[in-house]
Amino acid sequence: MIFEKLVAVLADHVDCDPSSVTMDTTFEELGVDSLDTVDMVMELEEELGIELELDEKISTVGEMVKLVEEKMGEKE
Amino acid sequence: MSFCVLGTGSYAPPKVVTNDDLASFLETSDEWIRERTGIRQRHVCEKESACDLAYQAALAALEQSGVKAEELDMILCATISSDFSTPSMACVVQKRLGASCPAMDISAACSGFLFLLDTAAGFFARGRVKKMLVIGAERISRLLDWDDRSTCVIFGDGAGAMVLGEGENYLVSQLSSKGDDEVIRTPVFEGKSPFNKREQENPYIHMKGQETFRFAVTAMTHDLKNLIAQAGFSEGDIDWVVPHQANIRIIDAAKKRLNIPPERFCVNIDRYGNTSAASIPMMMDELNRSGKLKRGDLMALCAFGGGLSSAACILRW
Repeated sequence: MIFEKLVAVLADHVDCDPSSVTMDTTFEELGVDSLDTVDMVMELEEELGIELELDEKISTVGEMVKLVEEKMGEKE
Repeated sequence: MSFCVLGTGSYAPPKVVTNDDLASFLETSDEWIRERTGIRQRHVCEKESACDLAYQAALAALEQSGVKAEELDMILCATISSDFSTPSMACVVQKRLGASCPAMDISAACSGFLFLLDTAAGFFARGRVKKMLVIGAERISRLLDWDDRSTCVIFGDGAGAMVLGEGENYLVSQLSSKGDDEVIRTPVFEGKSPFNKREQENPYIHMKGQETFRFAVTAMTHDLKNLIAQAGFSEGDIDWVVPHQANIRIIDAAKKRLNIPPERFCVNIDRYGNTSAASIPMMMDELNRSGKLKRGDLMALCAFGGGLSSAACILRW
């Protein structure tokens, strides 16, 4: 579910084919820079009602999904 | 009693530095800078001092307003890059204009001009002034690490000014501070005291890009939403949004989160870069002289930056 949400947010930010995005896809290959990353983190926070730390060096879609899932787990 | 704007002025030093000029000595490119910040060029001081910029902007504003320097009851300047620790920029401008009123500076970084407008409103409310000159002026190029491509490409030099008179056009405002010396900091020169044991940090702007972006987008969005509601308007009522010109990506991210038609957001960062406290008054002067503003237009101004600070206000033009 988080993965699908993230792909939707990504598709809003960069030109990408959502069906080709996997957990291993890097943000660099998608043309997502560090400001896009923060913007997407903020969108996910707003949608899911959580707070995420920016300290982690997130470089792949999978790493972002894991971070969000951990936070959602803490919330419950 | 608050104030109305009698005239605006601005001034940028004539030397224009394009992204390609920067790429000739920095590991960067026009494409990278444009995509990441929206900036194509900026103006940079050569022989001009920060006070020179402030003075020229002031002259233009006084001329447009028809107010003479001798009539001014106060001069306020917002700056973090003046040429002296003392005298204040406002005092230097006072002398050059031939004014004789009290003059002082305000330090609130990129929010400086809006902190300054709120201060001005207080003096008008107390009936202490009838005419004020307010200026945002920065020679940021002096404070940049020109080997750091993450900061030196973003900023530019310039000044904007307004002459204010008695009126009721300053409708609502809010100021916020969230003290922080890590996200944005510009340390001073430590000096040569034989007793000083403090380390000398690079006396240039240090900025954490992601944290700054997050703070700025949140501040801009929340401040505008809260203020517009507080004033009893809806977001669609705002005719112009004049945001501090820090980075086009911040403005774009805030646009998505607000219900104000995107074409009402004013942008000139492509030509001037981030001029800190000067950016809002420079944009206001550009709008004013373009003839696009109509009396009665609702203008939402917002700023965010070092402090950390943010501010917003709604003016009826």
